[in-house]
Amino acid sequence: MTALSVSGLTKSFGGLRVTNGVDLTVEPGERRLIIGPNGAGKTTLFNLITGELAPDTGTIALFGRDITRTACRRRAHLGMARTYQIITLFPRDTILRNVVLALLGLSGLRWNPLIGLDRQRHLATRAGEALARVGLSHIADRPLAETSYGERRRVEIAMAMAQNPKVLLLDEPFAGLSIDERRDVRQLLAAIPRDVTVVMIEHNMDVALDLADRITLLHFGEVIVEGTRAEVVADPRSREVYLGE
Amino acid sequence: MKVQLTRRVPARHAAFGFALFGLTTVPLWVGNSYYIDVASQILLFAVFALALNVLVGYGGLVSLGHAGLFAVSGYTAGLMLQAGFGHAAAGVGAVSITLLTSAAFAVLALRATGIGFLMITLALGQILWGIAYRWADLTNGDNGISISTRPAPFGISLAGAPSFYYATLVVFLLALATMAAFVRSPFGASLCGTRDQARRMTALGYNVWLIRFLAFLFSGLWCSIAGLLYLYNKQFISPQVSALQASAEVLLMVISGGTATLLGPIAGAAIVVVMKYVVSAYVVRWNLVLGVIFVAIISFMPEGLVPGSVRIWGFTRRRWRAIRPGRKPPPGAPP
Amino acid sequence: MTLWLTLAVNSIAFGGLLFLLSAGFSLIFGLMRIPNLMHGSFFMLGAYFGVTLLAVGANFWVAALASALAMAIIGSGVERLLLRRLAGQELAQVLLTLGLSFIVSDLCLMIWTGDPWQPLAPAELRGIVRAGGMIFPLYRLAVVVIAVAVAVVLWLMIDWTRLGAMIRAGVDDAPIARVVGIRVSRLFTLIFALGAALAAFAGVVGSPILSVYPGLDADMLPLALIVVILGGSGSLLGALVGSFLIGFLYNFGQARFPDLAYVILFLPMLLILVLRPQGLFGKGGA
Repeated sequence: MTALSVSGLTKSFGGLRVTNGVDLTVEPGERRLIIGPNGAGKTTLFNLITGELAPDTGTIALFGRDITRTACRRRAHLGMARTYQIITLFPRDTILRNVVLALLGLSGLRWNPLIGLDRQRHLATRAGEALARVGLSHIADRPLAETSYGERRRVEIAMAMAQNPKVLLLDEPFAGLSIDERRDVRQLLAAIPRDVTVVMIEHNMDVALDLADRITLLHFGEVIVEGTRAEVVADPRSREVYLGE
Repeated sequence: MKVQLTRRVPARHAAFGFALFGLTTVPLWVGNSYYIDVASQILLFAVFALALNVLVGYGGLVSLGHAGLFAVSGYTAGLMLQAGFGHAAAGVGAVSITLLTSAAFAVLALRATGIGFLMITLALGQILWGIAYRWADLTNGDNGISISTRPAPFGISLAGAPSFYYATLVVFLLALATMAAFVRSPFGASLCGTRDQARRMTALGYNVWLIRFLAFLFSGLWCSIAGLLYLYNKQFISPQVSALQASAEVLLMVISGGTATLLGPIAGAAIVVVMKYVVSAYVVRWNLVLGVIFVAIISFMPEGLVPGSVRIWGFTRRRWRAIRPGRKPPPGAPP
Repeated sequence: MTLWLTLAVNSIAFGGLLFLLSAGFSLIFGLMRIPNLMHGSFFMLGAYFGVTLLAVGANFWVAALASALAMAIIGSGVERLLLRRLAGQELAQVLLTLGLSFIVSDLCLMIWTGDPWQPLAPAELRGIVRAGGMIFPLYRLAVVVIAVAVAVVLWLMIDWTRLGAMIRAGVDDAPIARVVGIRVSRLFTLIFALGAALAAFAGVVGSPILSVYPGLDADMLPLALIVVILGGSGSLLGALVGSFLIGFLYNFGQARFPDLAYVILFLPMLLILVLRPQGLFGKGGA
């Protein structure tokens, strides 16, 4: 059974076809890299997979279960988590509270209007662990507004990992990071256990290449090349896409 | 960041204690029953403002139709009392009808957020005003509805100003307690999350629409209680209560005090109610003053009078320090 | 039969007035993305201004145009000095216009007191017209003609001039319009002033029919709101269709169900909001 399977996915906005018949099959535990120049439709593909956008045609399946019509919020409960290309964290809260909110989303407690959230030690502990895994324990109580961009990228990853996802979708996790920060994030991602399937978008090939098992190259919403690292790098069409026709 | 007065009592708790003491003794140091009534009004409008702030401050949804909910409650109770029902039945009826109305409001208004939400709530509030004002067969139109008695819970008559004040104070404290619990709760945090990052909340597994819908109902519940208190306080209700101006007033209470805290709407309610009385006594043109304050706050202190004043005070002090020669600021203070 | 006909003529005339009012509102909403809650104030203030000029003997049309000009100046002042400070914060801008509407409403009460003013129609347009065995008040027909004329002028401006193209671009996508070099902030001031002028003109032209009284602003604003939501923001055709629809609904509603006329007015608006938020002819979402 595949972890994530996408078949014949299309999406148009007005006259513009952003996703054009995309097929994608990701095995459990695999590290899949989706690359392509700007405008290739990578983030739209992610939005379709998470349910934030509804496809025009096509199907999406998660561990064999058809989720094409499943609401976006349900998909989180089914084990899907994602990070965003543009940082979308909760600006008025501390880092710890940001991660707690991620944990709360999957807990029945989120409907409770009576108890105090800060008193839920188990949530705070698990959030603390998630932050420790990304190396941010020392600033757990810092308000988000006082953190650096690199730290916020790691909070995004902590939030996604805290939900113990089965499929993790990372949208340009290296965007805007310095060389040192990239090295740290690469170590982080390499340390993710193999019971989590990782699908990552990057538009800069070098940075994410050695993290990937298989690579899918997208251009104008279509899959141009797909295969192992070696296959994709060697394929002449890859160079064409990046250097222009 | 707590400042400790003694080993055991943080300043914030002491301040709250003093405020509570002050509130409970109002009828003692305010002699005139007219002013005690004003104090009751401050408290009931504080409840109304807190209710609106659930949506505005914590939900990020600005409504210009909340006076409609307030009025529905008062009118329902008034009509039921006139029809011969008892106070308990009227109260239950008012709250139920208001909750139903809130649900209808929510289903329609939550089709949008931001400006769309504002316009839909404005329109809904106007519809209720239109009913109150024009459907005279039902609501007695501009003449309003009077009621002759106040309830007597547990046999204690609320006819006098002091006893009514204490009843209102009890309700106010109850409202404050539930609001405080709400804000600190997981549900409260969820609501704030939908205000800040609605899209991400959905991807995290939250049902954003349902969270907002339930928050609307919670807001409607306390609006209805405030509306009941209003009816019993004035023993009269008229279409004015549901007009756009009334929705603007309660919104002003919320934004003038500041939406980020529980104290904000309470302070805002006190400011607006007192100002309305003062202005009406001397100047008569309350609308003008209301408008000017609105414009001033939105233009210069969007975060509210209280935080805004603190900000401007800090700014003025720094500029003053910069001009004054000689004096060195203490170490660690901002330049 | 004649009652219905009279009602129909009144409705069309009222629809014409509504168009003059709503066209500006629709342009402002479409371009600046804010429902201008002081639009009713411009209508009322313009009307008061106009009738004051009439009372000192000015020609009707001169009064109408002078009033429009005066409101255009006030409108551009409001936009330039107050709204622009809050650029990008639409919610704050809307609340600002709400506050200003309260100020204007009380100022009018202070200056012109509570008595309604109802000037006579311009001398050349008083009287009646006979057609097909029926009688029509001349002025009401004139109002319709004026409304249509203004509609044509606006349409020509928007669809055929460079300025109109810039406005259309701004309505479609203001940030991109900026990027291609269109001075969107200047357009904002222009459109806000134009909207105010149209509203004022409508107020004066409508004064022989509606009269001018405190609360006129609160009566007209919801109608403009309904017309634009129904017809779609930024769409002149939508404003036209919506105005006549609402004109009919309002007049017939008043005649048949006076208690519920107000409510009846809002129902189609609510329906549209729920089913088709962009209105009958509008583009994009609110």
